[in-house]
Amino acid sequence: MNIATKVLERATESRTSKNAPKGESHTGGGLLTGAEIFIRSLEAEGVEIVFGYPGGAVIGIYDTMHRLNPTFKHVLVRHEQGGTHAAEGYAKSTGKVGTVLVTSGPGATNCVTGIADAYMDSIPIVVFTGQVPTKLIGNDAFQECDTIGVTRSITKHSFLVRDVNDLAATIKKAYYIARTGRPGPVVVDLPKDVLMATAPFHYPASIAIRGYSFAQKGNKNQLQIASDMIRASKKPLFYVGGGAIIADAAEVLTRVARRINAPVTTTLHGLGAFPENDSLSVGMLGMHGTWYANKAVQNTDLLIAVGARFDDRVTGKIEAWAPHAKIIHIDIDPACISKNVPADCPILGDVKLVLEQLEPLVEPKDTSEWLKQIDVWKAECPMSFKSDGKLRPQEIIRALRDKTGGHATVVTDVGQNQMWGAQFFTYVHPRTHITSGGLGTMGFSLPAAMGVAFGQKPGGLPVISINGDGGVLMNIQELGVAAAHKLPLKVVILNNSYLGMVRQWQELFHEERYSHTDLTPTNPDFVKLAEAFNCVGLRCERPEDIQSTIDAAWEVTDRPVVMDFKVIMEEKVFPMVPSGATTDEMITASAEDIN
Amino acid sequence: MNTQTHFAQPTVVAKQTLTPQQIFRKQVAGESLHPGVSDSVHRHVLTVLVENTLDALNRVANLFSQRGFNLESVSMGEAKDPSLRRMTIVTIGNDRIIAQVIRQLNNLIDTIEVEDVTLHDHVERELCLVQVRCSALERPVLISVVDIFRATVVNITPDSLTFEVTGPPAKINAFIGMMRDYDVLEVARSGRVAMRRELAFEH
Repeated sequence: MNIATKVLERATESRTSKNAPKGESHTGGGLLTGAEIFIRSLEAEGVEIVFGYPGGAVIGIYDTMHRLNPTFKHVLVRHEQGGTHAAEGYAKSTGKVGTVLVTSGPGATNCVTGIADAYMDSIPIVVFTGQVPTKLIGNDAFQECDTIGVTRSITKHSFLVRDVNDLAATIKKAYYIARTGRPGPVVVDLPKDVLMATAPFHYPASIAIRGYSFAQKGNKNQLQIASDMIRASKKPLFYVGGGAIIADAAEVLTRVARRINAPVTTTLHGLGAFPENDSLSVGMLGMHGTWYANKAVQNTDLLIAVGARFDDRVTGKIEAWAPHAKIIHIDIDPACISKNVPADCPILGDVKLVLEQLEPLVEPKDTSEWLKQIDVWKAECPMSFKSDGKLRPQEIIRALRDKTGGHATVVTDVGQNQMWGAQFFTYVHPRTHITSGGLGTMGFSLPAAMGVAFGQKPGGLPVISINGDGGVLMNIQELGVAAAHKLPLKVVILNNSYLGMVRQWQELFHEERYSHTDLTPTNPDFVKLAEAFNCVGLRCERPEDIQSTIDAAWEVTDRPVVMDFKVIMEEKVFPMVPSGATTDEMITASAEDIN
Repeated sequence: MNTQTHFAQPTVVAKQTLTPQQIFRKQVAGESLHPGVSDSVHRHVLTVLVENTLDALNRVANLFSQRGFNLESVSMGEAKDPSLRRMTIVTIGNDRIIAQVIRQLNNLIDTIEVEDVTLHDHVERELCLVQVRCSALERPVLISVVDIFRATVVNITPDSLTFEVTGPPAKINAFIGMMRDYDVLEVARSGRVAMRRELAFEH
């Protein structure tokens, strides 16, 4: 019997422990290769799916995967960036850690956009990158890249594994760091010789990292101060960010908001943390938020920020934002507190735990005057759009909402489609709105939607990917992957033949000089493109055909459907707070009509 | 191990530092801005206990460029525990920026402890080597000057002298200032190292 077969046999024996995820795993003293340890560690970690792309530096892992038939599924994506976005979509919709496996050099650099995206949006993913053998590091070897150096400022943490004996514990640490506290991406760089060396396999059940800790419960004094501020407030307003969804705090947030009768506005990433069909909801705030949400912010006397980070797209000109408000800021990241806006009462902690602590401290409040004022604003400038026989994107989003009753996972791209998707779909469940909010990565939606679909249990919510004709082409190759896996994605293209959001800025702020935003000469026939990828392609050019197009798309259950909606190019996203302007200088659609 | 720094509740923003937003709000509310209150900038000395790895040093240095913080000097050496390194960082900013620097440093996985020693009674020292062109004739005069600074001669050639001087940064500056009268060939400063005076009695 040769050595390889022996190792294989021992490895197969060790699989008895594979069904005990996150538990201790031993091989009984036998030696495994680094590649085998890698696979056993992922199994022990309970990884369900790996998005990957093979190459020279990780060929050993792929070979071992072929031999061992691991418990996790491997999806061969068609571009590493697509893989990272798929892992992000999977992580955001399931709350678990997404996993990516790529080779060295270009494999790693292609992941950079996805890693930066996950860093900005606090998404837990672990990216395993191959690396040239340790003795070649620094020699400009073939497909060498200083991955750790390149990704240093866009990762929560990163590891270069130099010794096979450290591999299992490093993987454990990577998942622990990615998942806990304020989540984020972790890169693990794996030199080829480490993957070939052998060591005994032991996957630790728990891990301690001395430099790493994160807040849990909130400080009781601060909570008391917060509850006093809430009691004293006449016009309280919840400002809810993505942190509330990451912490699974939607339920307790809804209870607390209803208890004190405080209206709730959410950020782009907070959509779904509070049901938008509730009368207390004022929708999204910020640059393209609702008129009434921004009015509420400018008039509130107490802003209760929950897992939000006072981003510039939310605040506009920060000096004039929420001028009358005292601010309670609940967040798990101490660096977020008083970073952009000083908090009068910061509460450091897990958003869910803090809200659970706060719930018994607050009493039901009468805010009827305040809510009445908000209703006046809601009536003054509701979210609406023209119906004049032209195909408008908002009407399509509304039709999708009505088709699903809001029970769908919507993954938007970046630009106008993202804003319409946020404004006109009514989000009622957490983790059903997924977008690239921080980095603003075009090409995010299609692969992320694919990741969502892979993470779903059978009979899960429909997955809708909303795109513009610009962004969808940036990762269109993943359509082939979705088709191969028979994922019934509903891919909507709001096709206005322009880079719409840039066009909007050019129209409003650059005297209609449409510099390099016309995509007509380079756009493909999206129906033919869909068919080439073995998907169904549908086209819709008139508003009266929206319903039949969507109905036809929902008939397809065994492959993605691409719906090419030829919308008008003149439509703009309103309301809008121009970049750098104060929130009071908001432009609304009706004001635009008067001009 | 004192991990208290990670859990420290950020207290209400220091009243003496007003953000533009706070100033705007005070103006809207018709409140007076207390005279003399400004967003004043100070030099802070931070000591950071980090893991003894090259990546830890990289991450700390990188943080300053990534976040646009000012980095005036940095020095690093062994701490008591050989698996750790103590870094001394000199940075400039107002209270709000310094609070951000400390929190962002604390957020790094590789940092064990971050302390702003400027807030406490502390000792700061710097070491400096200065090489000066000096003929045999000038030697007695030069040596009488450097004696005042308790500098020592660490190297001598027929036409040069190299001095070593240790002390608080102000003393080093003064020493280098005095040497300007002579032909200075080379200056090498170590960057600051600092430690709280109370450190030994706290635990």
